[in-house]
Amino acid sequence: MKAILKYREIWLLAAIAVLIGLISTRFPAFANPGNLRQVFNDTSILMILALGQMVVILTRSIDLSMASNLCFTGMVVAMLNAAHPAIPIPLLIVIALAVGLVLGAINGLLVWRLNIPSIVVTLGTLTIYRGATFVLSGGAWVNADKMSPDFIGFQRAAFLGVPVLSWIAILVIALFFVLMTRTALGRSIYAIGVNPTASVYTGIDVGRTKFIVFCISGMIGGLSGYLWISRYVIASVEVANGYELNIIAACVIGGISIAGGIGSVGGAVLGALFLGIISNALPVINISPFWQMAISGSAIILAVVLNARGERQQGRIILRKIEAV
Amino acid sequence: MTDITRPPAPRHIPDRLDKPLSSAIFSWEALLVIIAVLIFAINSFASPYFLDPYSLSDLTFNFTEKGLIAFAMALLIISGEIDLSVAAIVALASTLMGMAVQAGAATPVLVLIGIVVGLGCGAFNGLLVTRLGLPSIVVTIGTMSLFRGIAFIILGDQAYKGYPESFAFFGQAYVWWVVSFELVLFLTAAVVYWFLLHRTSFGRRVFAIGNNPVAAQFSGVRVGRIKFILFCLTGLMSGIASVLITSRLGSTRPSIAQGYELEVITMVVLGGVSILGGAGSIAGVVLAAFIMGLVTFGLGLLNVPGIVMSIFIGLLLIIVIALPIVWRRLRGGR
Repeated sequence: MKAILKYREIWLLAAIAVLIGLISTRFPAFANPGNLRQVFNDTSILMILALGQMVVILTRSIDLSMASNLCFTGMVVAMLNAAHPAIPIPLLIVIALAVGLVLGAINGLLVWRLNIPSIVVTLGTLTIYRGATFVLSGGAWVNADKMSPDFIGFQRAAFLGVPVLSWIAILVIALFFVLMTRTALGRSIYAIGVNPTASVYTGIDVGRTKFIVFCISGMIGGLSGYLWISRYVIASVEVANGYELNIIAACVIGGISIAGGIGSVGGAVLGALFLGIISNALPVINISPFWQMAISGSAIILAVVLNARGERQQGRIILRKIEAV
Repeated sequence: MTDITRPPAPRHIPDRLDKPLSSAIFSWEALLVIIAVLIFAINSFASPYFLDPYSLSDLTFNFTEKGLIAFAMALLIISGEIDLSVAAIVALASTLMGMAVQAGAATPVLVLIGIVVGLGCGAFNGLLVTRLGLPSIVVTIGTMSLFRGIAFIILGDQAYKGYPESFAFFGQAYVWWVVSFELVLFLTAAVVYWFLLHRTSFGRRVFAIGNNPVAAQFSGVRVGRIKFILFCLTGLMSGIASVLITSRLGSTRPSIAQGYELEVITMVVLGGVSILGGAGSIAGVVLAAFIMGLVTFGLGLLNVPGIVMSIFIGLLLIIVIALPIVWRRLRGGR
């Protein structure tokens, strides 16, 4: 029993269950499977983004440019679709992944080759990518009526009773699970976060791994760009403005240590779900959505406090302190 | 190429960012002066309206408010911490000032509210970070949502207006000819913070903490207390900035000062403060604030939209930081 309680995913799952329980006392229909499936679908994009951010944070870096990447890529695919409706959706998704990859690679190169701290690089590209969206679109919006039915319909189509968007999220979660637990790259990512110096001596190329990690988060940003635009059917410069902090918040609630090295795929997914349930539940139980920010803010602070305790128990902080001296 | 054979430098060893071009003739501040002069020259050629005392005075409003926060933020970042909640503090302080106005408060009360709320929010951040030993980047992401969330709860989609006429002084008045009150405050704060950081033992301790918190602790520096004071200072400056912004706009919306936190941090980093802590100067921050004001104002005169200006700020940030590194690579041949 004690061994199970050590996993923070269990705690998060319990917290989510309690949250759903509390909501259902006010609004019983919230807990029925159909609605929960809906909540999962609504949170899919945040989950995908949180996973991309997770691999970056695990290596002691941060990607603040993800939401801007999403905005830029979304605009690219929306404009492509408006101009050439014949382009099939799978090809558009590949294009979105490629555009996102390029933007992520720019971040990665600057971090890798010039050794600029990632927070500075992505702070810069955060504004550059969003500005580039404006230059690309000339400030114009791409509305629903300019998008092809396929573009909008693809992620809404049901497969085995579940929307494609949810399937994409499940696929991404599975891929990340394999990446983090079954591959050498996943192990290197954890190793760099726990101790970069030791990783070098074990033959891990820290700079190159960081580059790859930024490429991954870039591709995730790009994929989310298509998903976001086709879901909310409007592409503008304002899309996902400030969302980078929601993504990081989901990671933090999910128990991913901002100091690197600690975190799991399950944690990131549950952290995103937690935020998603809050934002879905507020209107249902008649709380004004204006409360949302304050509630998620409190949740983040609470999560950090719990995180810090968990990390202290694991003793990793002590190791890090010795290393810092 | 060298990444495999050379382990990354431990955090406490001053990064190569800290002393850019130190082997060459230039200091970071000199580099910033050159950039400022260049942009100033480009601006004056690009627009006939630029070299006008009144328009130059307008320019100062582009950086004074954020610059005031940037001074305190510089100290905080030098000490190895960060505060992402500054813009949210501005919003919360402004909202509470707006509430007080609805209750009929006079100007001095409003200013007091701004300062006290700012200080209180800063102290809250400081307590969370120092007492519980939490990473400030996450704590302040949380309080950022929390503070702005409270502003949203209070205001909803409303706006507060009806600030007293005397309140307009702080954000709109000129002390002498074209010298605004905001500019005077900015310059005064620059001197105060310069003195604090570069001429007092407190400032030396801030650097010491940023370079090596453990060593600082062992040499008798009360790391927790100094960090707490720095968070309070950042909150205080945000409160003061909130008074100025609210006064200049004459209204409060919950979205006030949105995105300022990143602009303030950009100013600090552009000013040569190492994001890893332990290095930086107030002169650099003043210059960076001025450069950012110049860029946005000059582009504004050319009718470049705000979002495109941000491209230039972002590029400027990356290029200026990358420049010394590229320069060294080219000279060193490594």
